[in-house]
Amino acid sequence: MSNLKFKLVEGTRSAALSIFAHGFRSFLTTLGIIIGVASVIAVVSVVQGFSANISQQFDGMGTNVVNIESYTPRKERLQGVRAKLTYDDYLQIKYRVPGVSDVTPTVRMWGSNAVITYRGQSSSSMIVGTASTYQKLNTVYPERGRFFNLSDDKSRRRVAVLGSSIMSKLDIKGDPIGQHVAVSGEWFKVIGIAEKRGKLFGFDQDDFILLPFSTTRALLGGAEEPDITISLQVDEPSQLGQVKQHIKNLLRRNHKLDKDADDDFEIATADQMLDTFDEIIGSTTLVLGGIVGISLLVGGIGIMNIMLVSVTERTREIGIQKALGATRFDILLQFLIEAVFLCLLGGLIGLILGFGAGSLISNLTGLPSATVPAWAIILSFGFSAGIGLIFGIIPAAKAANLDPIDALRYE
Amino acid sequence: MSKQTIIELRGIAKHYMMGSEGFYALNGIDLDIYLNDYMAVVGSSGSGKSTLMNLLGCLDYPTAGAYKLKGTDVATLDENALAGIRNREIGFIFQNFNLLPRATALQNVMQPLIYRGLALAERKQRASDALAMVGLQDRMTHVPNQLSGGQRQRVAIARALVTEPAILLADEPTGNLDSSTTIEIMALFDQLHNDGQTLIVVTHEQEIAERCHRVITLKDGHLMSDHANQVSVKPLVSGIATHV
Ligand SMILES: Nc1ncnc2c1ncn2[C@@H]1O[C@H](COP(=O)(O)OP(=O)(O)OP(=O)(O)O)[C@@H](O)[C@H]1O
Ligand SMILES: [Mg+2]
Repeated sequence: MSNLKFKLVEGTRSAALSIFAHGFRSFLTTLGIIIGVASVIAVVSVVQGFSANISQQFDGMGTNVVNIESYTPRKERLQGVRAKLTYDDYLQIKYRVPGVSDVTPTVRMWGSNAVITYRGQSSSSMIVGTASTYQKLNTVYPERGRFFNLSDDKSRRRVAVLGSSIMSKLDIKGDPIGQHVAVSGEWFKVIGIAEKRGKLFGFDQDDFILLPFSTTRALLGGAEEPDITISLQVDEPSQLGQVKQHIKNLLRRNHKLDKDADDDFEIATADQMLDTFDEIIGSTTLVLGGIVGISLLVGGIGIMNIMLVSVTERTREIGIQKALGATRFDILLQFLIEAVFLCLLGGLIGLILGFGAGSLISNLTGLPSATVPAWAIILSFGFSAGIGLIFGIIPAAKAANLDPIDALRYE
Repeated sequence: MSKQTIIELRGIAKHYMMGSEGFYALNGIDLDIYLNDYMAVVGSSGSGKSTLMNLLGCLDYPTAGAYKLKGTDVATLDENALAGIRNREIGFIFQNFNLLPRATALQNVMQPLIYRGLALAERKQRASDALAMVGLQDRMTHVPNQLSGGQRQRVAIARALVTEPAILLADEPTGNLDSSTTIEIMALFDQLHNDGQTLIVVTHEQEIAERCHRVITLKDGHLMSDHANQVSVKPLVSGIATHV
């Protein structure tokens, strides 16, 4: 309908005039919308950047990697019982579960002994004892030097692969390969430096030292057997279910669990973790959506309020326009367009501010860089326009229904 | 030569409720207005002149009576149709100018053409022609508060004329103007009358009423008299004629 198009164009023209005539007031009017949209965009951009980064990491891990950890139910934990995965569990899985490869034990050193020292500098970095297959399962490859191999493990050699942050923490100068660092008072020769992985949630992912598993076990020594984590690769992804069941049965038997006792371990796949993660992201987004919805509602009420004031203020103008031949529809459209225009402007400003804030947050916290998905932009604008329409309709109708002679007489 | 009727009022009444009492601002007005009439409406304050003009301009509606504009019974029309009549047939000039305060002279004159659905270029063309006709070609981008009272009223006249209305209604158009500006405006009206425009002017001023070719007098909402004027063709103050 070309007539309607004409009216829309003219309405937009006059809306723009009247919005920019009261620039500062228009800005204040849309502040609610600006803040609402800015906060959505800021949060969405951070969350999206974060989740893109997580997915990427999981991708690197491969979806057919299975992680097994000990798990102590809450009740037992209160009684001081701690579940454990042992070296024996590892051996059982490695030799008795078919269809798996790269079965990798991992043990972490905790406590006051877990420090690395080098020429008077010390650092309490993450100390991990593991097998050579760790690099494949976790995609941690040496950037320089080499990873330890089977023979290093067998002979309990005192060799170490460093995460890239350690070097600066310990102030290692020159070529680190071939130098020695002390872990828990024992000397280890540095044979490799791992590729840099960067920060996640402000957490430095390069602050670790990897040692051969058997060396670490020996270092931890006698009294108590350490709790280990076991990772492995399932050869045939379609067999994942069977493999998990097999491991479950084996561990239950090994741990002598009663029929009705809960598992004292957890078997997780990368896929599962990704799902859990997606769930968290999803519910976070939902909660945020609610908050944002409320803030946009408040913003909309603000707009309606100012528009009502504006209609009263412009009563005479409306009377003049009607005297010149404006129909109810003309006036209705004019004020509706003004409200929508105002909201869209607010949306645009909010979008820019939100993206700026998101990028700033990412930079400051070391989160992955912010990305704004197209749907968030479309949604913001759609929402802004919708708010304008809904909250503009009452003021616009009030303006349109003014009686010409009353409006002209209005003082 | 028979005169063509533009407006026909029969038994027009306007009743206001003031508290509990009713009150007739207009009571039983019968009036015919013809093509190229140049009519003055006079009467004391409160006699119903503005009320009549507002009815004629379709800004207000009568409580009783029939109003035919170019053969159409206005009472039967809905809001939209009335807006159309105001836009096409009526040019209204107010005592207080009633310009859109934020719009320039040109935009003010272009405004009624929007409701006629004319494209921007044509609106500009017609509006600047109308402003040139009232002698304001060099004041087009001024907003009302950058114009003198006389200039404002001429913008309002240009705006009323730009739609080429069947009838021009002016309610005390010179009420807020000084005497020399009043003469300018009246010269403009004379000119319009000579060009064939139908004009109705409400006035308190004797000199203005004398310029008109027909004078009606209202008293307490009644039409007291309606007579033709023997217009003595007075020379205009020198300079105005060439200006207009
Ligand atoms: N909206 C209204 N409600 C009640 N009474 C009204 C209203 N409008 C006008 N009146 C009354 O109607 C009467 C006629 O008013 P009108 O404005 O037509 O007078 P007028 O002849 O134009 O006077 P003036 O020369 O002072 O402009 C007045 O007594 C006025 O008080
Ligand atoms: Mg009056």
